[in-house]
Amino acid sequence: MKRVALIGMPNTGKSTLFNRITGSHARAGNWPGVTVELASSKVLVGGHMVELVDLPGLYDLHGFSDDELVVRHFLESSRVDAIALVLNSSQLDRQLALALQVRALGVPVIALLNMTDEARRYGIEIDEPRLAAGLAMPVASISARYGTGQPEALAALARLLDAAGKASPAAVREALAPDHRREEEIESLMRSSVVVPERLSGQASDRVDRVILHPWLGLPLFFLAMLAVFQAVFWLGKPLQDGVAAAFEWTRRAALEPALALAPELLRGLLLDGVWAGIGTIAAFVPLIVLFFFFLAAVEDSGYLSRAAFLTDAFMARLGLDGRAFVMLLMGFGCNVPAIMGTRIMRDRPLRLLSMLTIPMSLCSARLQVFVFLAAAVFAPSRAPWVLFGLYLASFAAVIVTALLFRGRFASSEPFVIELPPYRMPTVRLVWMRGWVEVKHFLRRATTFIFFGVIAVWLLTHLPAGAAPAGPETIAGWIGKATQPVLGPLGIDEKLAVALIFGFVAKEVVIGAFAVIYGLEGNALASGIAGSMDWVAATSFMIFTLVYTPCLSTIATIRAESRSLSFTSLAVAWPLALAWVASFGFYQGMRALGF
Amino acid sequence: MPDRIPLTHLPPGQRGVIAAVEGSDGLRLRLAALGFRAGRAILMMRRGTLSGPLHVRLGTTDVAIRLAEAVHVTVKAATALAP
Repeated sequence: MKRVALIGMPNTGKSTLFNRITGSHARAGNWPGVTVELASSKVLVGGHMVELVDLPGLYDLHGFSDDELVVRHFLESSRVDAIALVLNSSQLDRQLALALQVRALGVPVIALLNMTDEARRYGIEIDEPRLAAGLAMPVASISARYGTGQPEALAALARLLDAAGKASPAAVREALAPDHRREEEIESLMRSSVVVPERLSGQASDRVDRVILHPWLGLPLFFLAMLAVFQAVFWLGKPLQDGVAAAFEWTRRAALEPALALAPELLRGLLLDGVWAGIGTIAAFVPLIVLFFFFLAAVEDSGYLSRAAFLTDAFMARLGLDGRAFVMLLMGFGCNVPAIMGTRIMRDRPLRLLSMLTIPMSLCSARLQVFVFLAAAVFAPSRAPWVLFGLYLASFAAVIVTALLFRGRFASSEPFVIELPPYRMPTVRLVWMRGWVEVKHFLRRATTFIFFGVIAVWLLTHLPAGAAPAGPETIAGWIGKATQPVLGPLGIDEKLAVALIFGFVAKEVVIGAFAVIYGLEGNALASGIAGSMDWVAATSFMIFTLVYTPCLSTIATIRAESRSLSFTSLAVAWPLALAWVASFGFYQGMRALGF
Repeated sequence: MPDRIPLTHLPPGQRGVIAAVEGSDGLRLRLAALGFRAGRAILMMRRGTLSGPLHVRLGTTDVAIRLAEAVHVTVKAATALAP
């Protein structure tokens, strides 16, 4: 089997091409000498079975960013028979530098000129045979977005592999030494084979930018756009989510309950309320994640994401974050899980970790449900909206405090110099592919963790056998009592502490937990709760619920995305500490003021 | 030479020619890869509000660069070059 590495700068459509060639059969795997997973897939190229590996986008083969190191270490440690180099046709002036660097490795290379349609619109003409001769490598024009030129390009790759000798990483290691002669070579190549007009034609992007990046209009437009995306995701997602929940409930009633009717009660409870409910929790996230990534792919693919980063960077830079983190934070107000998966667009690890630490502070829609219920139960209708508004402000404050406290520890070394690609129309195929791949990621990585978490909470609230569910005799009730020295000063009693244990699974479960713990439902539950705590205790409980710990799905996602158990522990411990301090400050402060 | 200014001082709409790129090795390499090389023409598209990043154009590539990074780039303003 031959191995072909796919290399290119960011924004050259490299991954689009990879997805197009491999379908969605790629799998992420570990490679020697490399610390991140790389997507690869086996495809038939001519007569060769080829393992195609998608390497991270890089600007410079001799650079120092995380991605650049990954590519270099991969090439040094793994045998590579040929390299497919993806170049953006309208930016050959700077992309040829990478072509020369790659050529110097001594591995057979084919240059794939992508986005030829865009280059043509700019009026750029490329003399392919001359460029191929100058580069001393085959050159093929393709459009990864529309699939044109792909059969010809693969045929050229097959010919390259026919002629290729035995590959050796040792030779590559030797060749990976910097060479300063390249710059002149680029100049002469550009002069001989590429014609770039003095003034670029077809700059529709400029006209759009004048509005989108307007000094005063830019930010309000950005917020409107985000609000629209946000609304679309959750208005479309909510019915789908409810549909999934209804389907699970129906299966349970129609099939599982009759089938398990004769099983012992404890086993039946574990299977239905533990295992089945756990699968349901995971499944309910799927519609949100699919929709979120459809929209994110569309926004990213259109070129707007880097504009949003440009607009919000002034504020975010002061928090040690950047504009892309702002977009994800806003998304976190819908659901933290896809927002944390979305931080993958940041390539710098400290920056990504800091974003992952702040996103769970965003008041997600699940927490909103709890707050709407509690605020309506405890506060007068005229006051309740202000309480919700205050909680949103508290959420922003928690984000800012977290970022300011941890920006030193997760200091980003990456300079903020990002490309603003021209606006492009997102293609359905691309957007679809992105959503599908992300759901597979979520299901594969998060399922076991969430599954066992849900079962653990079920056991805590139902053992020892015979105790009333979530009652004082269960392990959870016992834990609730044990936490009183810590939670008592916050105005959170034993019953509320047990509800917090439930909320660990998913925040919206807190309301259901109230019903079980208080043994009341609906309006009776609301008045029961209003009778058992005053507004200070209720607000303190809401502040604690807002911050205390990310839900199980979020934690599973943080663990999968950070690949670090110690970071995940920090992401659980820090919000707990912050929640305690905030609630303690509020509760004791209000009591001291005489409320 | 009074006509040499940091990139951060180039007004919007104004063209310049890059005179020098300084800073750490990593930053220089990164900037070079995006097209910041001595002798290349650069156009200031716009400045971010409230000391936000700069939007500049190098050839066919549009780049957003923070002020902290842009101070390492020195340019000769095009008007200063005119006789």
